Amino acid sequence: MADVKPRIKLDKKDVAQGGVIEVKTLVSHTMESGQRKDKDGKTIPRKILNTFICDLNGKTIFSADLESAVSANPYFQFKLKPEESGTLTFTWIDDDGSKIQATEQIKVS
Amino acid sequence: MPSVPYPLAFAAVAILALAVSPHAQDTSERPAWQEHGIKPQSPDSPFGEVVSGLYFRSKETQAMQADDFNNPGFLAVEQGEDLWSKVDGAAGKSCASCHNEAATAMKGVAAAYPKWNGKLGKPVNLEQRINICRSGALKAEPWAFGSPELTAMTTYIRNQSRGMPVAVKVDGPMTPWFDRGKALYYQRNGQLDLACASCHEKNHGKYLRADFLSQGQSNGFPVYRLRDQRLVPLHERMEGCMQDVRATPYKPLSDEFLALETYVAWRGLGLPVETPAVRN
Repeated sequence: MADVKPRIKLDKKDVAQGGVIEVKTLVSHTMESGQRKDKDGKTIPRKILNTFICDLNGKTIFSADLESAVSANPYFQFKLKPEESGTLTFTWIDDDGSKIQATEQIKVS
Repeated sequence: MPSVPYPLAFAAVAILALAVSPHAQDTSERPAWQEHGIKPQSPDSPFGEVVSGLYFRSKETQAMQADDFNNPGFLAVEQGEDLWSKVDGAAGKSCASCHNEAATAMKGVAAAYPKWNGKLGKPVNLEQRINICRSGALKAEPWAFGSPELTAMTTYIRNQSRGMPVAVKVDGPMTPWFDRGKALYYQRNGQLDLACASCHEKNHGKYLRADFLSQGQSNGFPVYRLRDQRLVPLHERMEGCMQDVRATPYKPLSDEFLALETYVAWRGLGLPVETPAVRN
């Protein structure tokens, strides 16, 4: 999973205090549900991204639990009202414990 | 009919009328595909108006395709971009070693495929062309049809022609392939005894059970199918159609599908390349 590059788009990276940033994220993942069977009739083990977290300077400001019904290549869109400048860290946690991570810098003035 | 008393017959008619009226067809939710197309370039075209499959899909699907961020097909475009400059094979080369920037070298290239290959004496499509480069210049293993790598590279290269008109050539040595493709298009197949034309020429713009039939154009391929949650190359889609009519499909990259791809591209001459399109 190390080579997965999430797509992240902020509608602006520089806002006034109290301003709102719209965040869009899209990540490539098969989100294998654990409900499907292979050609031999054996269940394909579940392997999904089960958690999504967005941190600002290490403080969680948005998170979501994903379940097996979520489609492949999960997409999130949400709005933030950041109180300080800093680093937004986006983390997706896989069932196998591996993480996909990306960061973006924002400025609050 | 002296045995049926008149009032009874009247009652039967009244009940029938009641049963029908709530099912009066509401067409307001149908995608408005008309007048989104182009005038056919060839006088032999079977269509009065050539319309991309995009306009046969819902507003939501169209919006997803229109936004390059939301369009999940771009995950494959990005993968293809990485592969473009990744060294692979015994020659120690990547695509970029010969072709440099894809944005300039590949602009408009894919819009003309399938294309005649003099060396092989037959047309090749984009997937085959990529693998000719891989086994030739790169001295690398050709990618298997349907592999994420081959589909991503195909998507990336076709994306360089996005917005440009489909410009496949069907004259000269391509003529027999065009004719064969045309014959296959009108050939009825399978237990349902349907030809490509039965749905996509005679009945586009109508429902086949829950599916709203398009003209079966190929300008958006490989397409991100929401049903499969991944990019689907054209030959896999054709396989799917053949399975749906309970026929034994031809093999991907077979001469049959190649001829069909050539003919179908001609039916969409002039349509803008949309790769990666989003379809359901």
